[in-house]
Amino acid sequence: MRVLWLQSGGCGGCTQSLLCAEPRPLFDELRDAGIELVWHPALSQESGEEALQVLSDCADGKMAFDVLCVEGAMLRGPNGTGKFHLMAGSGRPLTEWVERLAAQAKWVFAIGSCTAYGGFSASTPGNPLEACGLQYDTNEMGGLLGKAFVSGCGLPVVNIAGCPTHPGWIVDTLEKLALEGLSASDLDEFGRPLLYADQLVHHGCPRNEYYEFKASAIKQSDLGCLMENLGCKGTQAHADCNVRTWNGSGSCLRGGFACIACTEPGFEAPGHPFQETPKVAGIPIGLPTDMPKAWFVALAALSKSATPKRVRDNAVVDHPVIRPSVKKAGK
Amino acid sequence: MKRILVGPFNRVEGDLEVSLDVEGGQIVEARVNSPLFRGFEQVLIGRAAEDALAVVPRICGICSVAQSAAAAGALAAAAGLEPAPNGRLAQHLIQATENLADHLTHFYLFFMPDFARASYVDRNWYASVAGRFTAVKGSANPGVLVARANFFKLIGFLAGRWPHTLAIQPGGSTKAMTPAERIRILAVLRDFRSFLESGLLGDTLENFAALDSEDALRAWSASHSGDFPAFLKAAYDLRLEQIGRASDRYMSYGAYDLFAAGLWQPSLAVDSLSLAKITEDPRHAWMTDSSPLPPAIGQTIVDAEKTGAYTWCKAPRYAGQVVETGALARQVVAGHPLLRDLVLRHGGSVTARVTARMIELATVLPAMERWVREIVLGEAFCNPTDLPDEAQGVGIVEAARGSLGHWLSIKRGRIERYQIIAPTTWNFSPRDSEGQPGPLEQALVGLPAGDGALPTVQHVVRSFDPCMVCTVH
Repeated sequence: MRVLWLQSGGCGGCTQSLLCAEPRPLFDELRDAGIELVWHPALSQESGEEALQVLSDCADGKMAFDVLCVEGAMLRGPNGTGKFHLMAGSGRPLTEWVERLAAQAKWVFAIGSCTAYGGFSASTPGNPLEACGLQYDTNEMGGLLGKAFVSGCGLPVVNIAGCPTHPGWIVDTLEKLALEGLSASDLDEFGRPLLYADQLVHHGCPRNEYYEFKASAIKQSDLGCLMENLGCKGTQAHADCNVRTWNGSGSCLRGGFACIACTEPGFEAPGHPFQETPKVAGIPIGLPTDMPKAWFVALAALSKSATPKRVRDNAVVDHPVIRPSVKKAGK
Repeated sequence: MKRILVGPFNRVEGDLEVSLDVEGGQIVEARVNSPLFRGFEQVLIGRAAEDALAVVPRICGICSVAQSAAAAGALAAAAGLEPAPNGRLAQHLIQATENLADHLTHFYLFFMPDFARASYVDRNWYASVAGRFTAVKGSANPGVLVARANFFKLIGFLAGRWPHTLAIQPGGSTKAMTPAERIRILAVLRDFRSFLESGLLGDTLENFAALDSEDALRAWSASHSGDFPAFLKAAYDLRLEQIGRASDRYMSYGAYDLFAAGLWQPSLAVDSLSLAKITEDPRHAWMTDSSPLPPAIGQTIVDAEKTGAYTWCKAPRYAGQVVETGALARQVVAGHPLLRDLVLRHGGSVTARVTARMIELATVLPAMERWVREIVLGEAFCNPTDLPDEAQGVGIVEAARGSLGHWLSIKRGRIERYQIIAPTTWNFSPRDSEGQPGPLEQALVGLPAGDGALPTVQHVVRSFDPCMVCTVH
């Protein structure tokens, strides 16, 4: 399976993250799974004219490839010219290259939330960059390629959303495609692969005991649950970060800071400070997914009244001050 | 005269185009175009001040932590706050991990593959270098990818993930190290040391860091085998120690309380850093013209049709002068004798820039081992932050690629102005109003280019380790 990669209005962080793939070195893993990089702007040998030749041949249908991966928002401005990103050496807007190559690709993958939905590039009031995702303007279908777009094999754009993407989300999606194909039933309502988007960041969160008892952190570095005060959206964000973990044993929650729901369209403009939880009458506006409000309120009141001292005290410090007690045999 | 357009200039972070005027096979003028505009300074305006911590890492996927640290520094300055001592050590560790990993990524994945080009097929080092460093397929890649991924586990422990963490805060960091993590982090550092000593240098970090002159480096390269000695052998063959000189004025903001801040020129004493001398000149950028402005009152207003403009990058200058930033600048300002000697003899060069990164790997990793031990378990990692409604602040840090500054104004609790000058904005700046070319533009003049020329231009451009997405923030 041959993969062609382009970058535009993004930070390149999804590629940098991808290079952290584990446990095997990325290039070996892809090669042995039958996946070949036709060209990647950060990684390939070919530069300048040689690279442009590869891209032109792919765009003209002279060189076969299977998957087009695009990383970064599509910048259509100023005034529809695409001049905010003319691909070096070619003088042509990157958006035009993407349109030509998408027409030849069997599958099109949007790598990262910028590429999928527009992301930060599209969040300036008035959107002066005229930025968008490949097939979305934030949470509405459309974007550069349009609502009706399907790639050669009949699928809309596959949105491997995340800011950045976890290396495993990209590698696993490519490998699933190589092994058994991808169909519409493998994607969720926003085009994200279910292999990571069928879970919530909350699943596997090491702060679950604090969550259960509504023992909340009140300041940065506290060990408690970050949902009530510090803006955490782990109970609403679709991703498997706390099951899969990042860079060995990490995740946002494990690193002590809130999930800002970076896999969701529009995460970049939440309408409140990222590290503060918006509330009405003391109750967080964003309730856990699938949880009726009345139940949440009742359960929260009950669990707060039942919080063990250990959990309550440890929640508001940066290292545990009370250990779980140890029962001696026979007592 | 012939004009050659080189691009897409791949194996850099982001997109880059270089326009070369060539006469008789030699470059007479170079113009550097950063062809992508990001607009992050506008993205930040009007947001809550602390939101900078969530927004700015997304400027750059390779110097994400440096961007976080600069924003945290600007917010801390605005709040008149110092990080907790443990938090400062954690910040050093997180930043150093990114910086050292970036040096490794640059050397193996971005820079060395150019020596595997067919143009060098007749050189006696070619077969081994091509076998080891060809992009994607070279035999060095599996080892370096594993070493890099394992090293980033330190960030997994202390900052949740890389890139794009929110762990770095004005008051320190959000994650206190546990006793178990201290043991495991020291093991991560031992693993990385082992890779550097056995694969990259073929010597201990301490022995290599003690090299104090070009003669010593040359003798060392002849008697050691490893990936960096292999580069040196090719580099001496190609005389890369004499190629790639820019303005030979070097600037560093200082790093980790380990490397001093200042300005250095060959044969002169280090001059102290004065941020008030920094201006940005939009003359040749697709931005509305103004006189060169200090970043605290700087502006970024697009004018895509401006005559005479050729890039999305403004031209930062220090006291009106063109300065180079990066690992070489950090090390000559800090006074490392090997790098000072290389620059005194030949001026800045491809070899000096690459060697400076290796010296940083060898000197910063032992410092990281110390910082981990200096953390006092049980004491605070984060001081509470109380941001004022009206304030200004500057945050300066050294990213892998050099000096990064954030200039912030807060009004009614919201970001009123945010100006960023990134390392490659300095190094790949265009001409200014006085017509002075930027560092890379100077470094390329006189080099061979055109049909049949060796890929010298590629080596010089990549010797700066450009980060284009930062440049055009």
